[in-house]
Amino acid sequence: MDLTSALHLALPELILAVSVLGILVYGALRGDKAAGSVAALCGAALIAAAFAAAFNGHGKVFNGAFIADGVANFAKTFIYIASALVVVLARGYFERQNNNRFEFPILVTLSAIGMSMMVSAGDLIALYIGLELNSLAAYVMAAFRRDDAKGSEAGLKYFVLGSLSSGLLLYGISLVYGFAGSMNFDAIAASAQANMQVGLIFGLVFVIAGLAFKVSAAPFHMWTPDVYEGAPTPVVALFAGAPKFAALVLLARVLNDAFAGLHDQWAQVLLAIATLSFLIGGLGGLMQKDFKRLLAYSSIANMGYAMLALAAGTDKGVMALLLFSVLYMVDTLGLFSAQIALSRKGIAVSKIDDLSGLSKVDMKLTIAITVLALSVLGMPPFSGFWGKFFVFGAALEAGYWGFAVAGLVASVIAAFYYLRIIKVMWFDGDKGELDKAPFEAKWIAYAAAAFAFPIAAFALSGLYPLAETAVKSFGLN
Amino acid sequence: MSPVIPNLLSLITFLPLVGALAILGVKWVSRKDDASVIERNAKWIALWTTLATLALTVVLLAGFDRTTTDYQFVEKVQWFSFLSYHMGVDGISVLFVALTALLMPLCILASWDSVKTRLVEYMIAFLVLETLVIGVFTALDLFLFYVFFEGGLVPMFLIIGIWGGKDRIYAAYKFFLYTLLGSVLMLAAMLYMVSVAGTSDIPTLSTYAFSQAAQPWLWFAFFASFAVKMPMWPVHTWLPDAHVQAPTAGSVMLAGILLKLGGYGFIRFNLPMFPHASELFTPFVLTLSVIAIVVTSLIAFRQTDIKKLIAYSSVAHMGFVTMGIFAGNQAGVQGAVYQMISHGFISGALFLCVGVVYDRWHTREIAFYGGLTKLMPHFAFVFLLFTMANVGLPGTSGFVGEILTMTGLYQASTWAALVAATGVILSAMYALTLFKRVMYGEVTNEQLKGHPDLSLREKIIFAPLIAGTLLLGIYPAFVFDFTTASVDAVVATYRAVIGG
Repeated sequence: MDLTSALHLALPELILAVSVLGILVYGALRGDKAAGSVAALCGAALIAAAFAAAFNGHGKVFNGAFIADGVANFAKTFIYIASALVVVLARGYFERQNNNRFEFPILVTLSAIGMSMMVSAGDLIALYIGLELNSLAAYVMAAFRRDDAKGSEAGLKYFVLGSLSSGLLLYGISLVYGFAGSMNFDAIAASAQANMQVGLIFGLVFVIAGLAFKVSAAPFHMWTPDVYEGAPTPVVALFAGAPKFAALVLLARVLNDAFAGLHDQWAQVLLAIATLSFLIGGLGGLMQKDFKRLLAYSSIANMGYAMLALAAGTDKGVMALLLFSVLYMVDTLGLFSAQIALSRKGIAVSKIDDLSGLSKVDMKLTIAITVLALSVLGMPPFSGFWGKFFVFGAALEAGYWGFAVAGLVASVIAAFYYLRIIKVMWFDGDKGELDKAPFEAKWIAYAAAAFAFPIAAFALSGLYPLAETAVKSFGLN
Repeated sequence: MSPVIPNLLSLITFLPLVGALAILGVKWVSRKDDASVIERNAKWIALWTTLATLALTVVLLAGFDRTTTDYQFVEKVQWFSFLSYHMGVDGISVLFVALTALLMPLCILASWDSVKTRLVEYMIAFLVLETLVIGVFTALDLFLFYVFFEGGLVPMFLIIGIWGGKDRIYAAYKFFLYTLLGSVLMLAAMLYMVSVAGTSDIPTLSTYAFSQAAQPWLWFAFFASFAVKMPMWPVHTWLPDAHVQAPTAGSVMLAGILLKLGGYGFIRFNLPMFPHASELFTPFVLTLSVIAIVVTSLIAFRQTDIKKLIAYSSVAHMGFVTMGIFAGNQAGVQGAVYQMISHGFISGALFLCVGVVYDRWHTREIAFYGGLTKLMPHFAFVFLLFTMANVGLPGTSGFVGEILTMTGLYQASTWAALVAATGVILSAMYALTLFKRVMYGEVTNEQLKGHPDLSLREKIIFAPLIAGTLLLGIYPAFVFDFTTASVDAVVATYRAVIGG
């Protein structure tokens, strides 16, 4: 394929890369007083890139290093939209915190480029570069509240553990390269088919471990609660959704493209990770008092479900993964927005008990949080139920009924802590007036709740065929 | 047969939801008005909505063809490859729809003055609950059924948790988590069934022969869900807590309708879809049912709380239902359906009776009361009637259900029938003792004096229940006309498969 059409396929990334560099120069010249316009420009670039991704063509370019197919375009569209919403959320949040720096939207955009490189990666180098581009921006974002002890702790912890996982990943990549003789996914698959070697499996396990860290699946989840608690909430809203989605798609691609022949081996690893994740996520959340820490455990559990879908190794599994991740991303974004919207005398409502009696103070936000919590719990008819529905359907079809039942039981355990949020808001006495909820956070929470219900049916009727066509181009059975 | 009103079932199912939205809309429009105006609007909208639903249900019953076993008033739209909007009723489910539609306005009336806090949300919760419960009975798609079945947990959780008694939070959690655990196992079984049979259509699945190796597992997963709902001994422990803590109308809904979901599920899923497993597990279920009847009756006898006593009596009566269903013959299943309908009236009425005294004295302690007959003669009449119906006095609907299930059981297992028959005596023991201690004797407690007898509103609430209990007791054919064809079909298919 010639360069023009190759670049055309990378149009979303090009839009973002070119504009973010321009915006960076603009911001550097104007300083922090340009923070508002920088945010607006970054948001516009992200939305433009989302459109470009939604209508992008299919193809494999740059010697197979960059893949644009249905799954990649599907993932990118939602990653960009989520990132744009985070830019909007962060703008008001940091303004209220008097920490209004122009770098933040730029970092979000850079990490979005990294994420979209991840979902389009066709060889191990592209994989690593995408991942690091995303991670480096993420480390800075995690530590963005730099004069706060917990914020700095979060940033440092994320950086140290993240580097460790990058090291694991690189080690795995070097093993795979050494035994397969190529970085390219297709070439690795061919080599594995021709000559199966134990070293390859070794490398594979390290690659999985490195990526499991990024999605915070157990036993690589240790950073999650601390980072969620310490990092600024808009940053967590981003972390909880988009990068995990990207890493999951990347994992799906590595496993199904490069290691398709080793399904029996990697399925075992994924099943172990999945089971550990939803058990640790379910049990660990029970005693949490902090809203964000609770959601950290919830995300660990939910990544377990995503891994279960992946382990199936079928197109149904990948489709379940796409639908589950998008629906989950919307729910978490909504929950974190709701948390941003809540403050009392200028102090953020961070403990679950601080939500006490919310239904008597702010009915609309209470309903939004209730719907979103029930959705993450997996109650029908909310959207989260359908996400889990596809996941367990795929797992059962692949014959993992024992793991599916374990996952369902773990979801009942986890139900306890989602119910506690609802209980505190509805059943307990109130703790006094709240500050006026900021406009953008409030409305993103409402919109997410509306997406979970009652538009779930409509959303699903749009998303389902989209995911179905996306998976068709993924090249599975 | 052309239905009088198009999409009648959808209309019945979703009308309450529309009513709930209307309450929200009116609340928004009149947000500047006084709180009492908003509450009055909410009450009246809820009442009219439930009455309109009831009227539509009458149309449904009138248009129902009692001679066929087919599903009627069917609506089918294929939404996705995995989910179709498929609604329809047969002779069994149509009666449960009617029961729900009848009890609902009574629940609203019963809460008219007794609910003091957050009345608007209360009415909305009940209307949403009505939609979800009717949906369970009308859904003919496996996953649609599941959505309604599980969705009903949320409004009930809120009803117990917000408007319940002292330990309401514990009760609400227990109710939710118990039921959820049962349900997720059912979900796993459903996913498996659909992946094997390739359809989520309930009528098609009823005729699909699942492999004999898979049937016990699937049967057990469904059983786990319905046994908790029912509830069967030993997973009944959530029920007394939930009942005692729930507000009166919540108890009526729980005992009158929600418990029936379990029995309905057994007839709709376990018997026709997994006949071999049903046969295999029959001794197991009969044992549990018999234990439930005897043990919970004895527990009921020891209770000091009126509501808890009636709650345990519900568990015992549901024992007759499971027993009848798994006797697997015509009399048994017929009797089980009858018993469920009848129990819907009787237990609903008994909880309303508790509500009557609780509204006046705010305690449910049996020891607090005594001699109420002298103070409230009208109430004494109502309470006596339903106590007798609960015991199973001939002439009331309670008798028909018990005698039929016992007949069915006798054919299946003489020993089980023998033990279960003691349950009839035990129920007389605890129910009559309760009546004696609360209603007879001298008025020893001075606090009891000075409260009026039944108000007109309360009489209106009880009137349809009294009429129903007596009508069904004297003329059971009213129910059998509807159910016979469908029950015969279920039993005949089951018998044909297990070869007996």
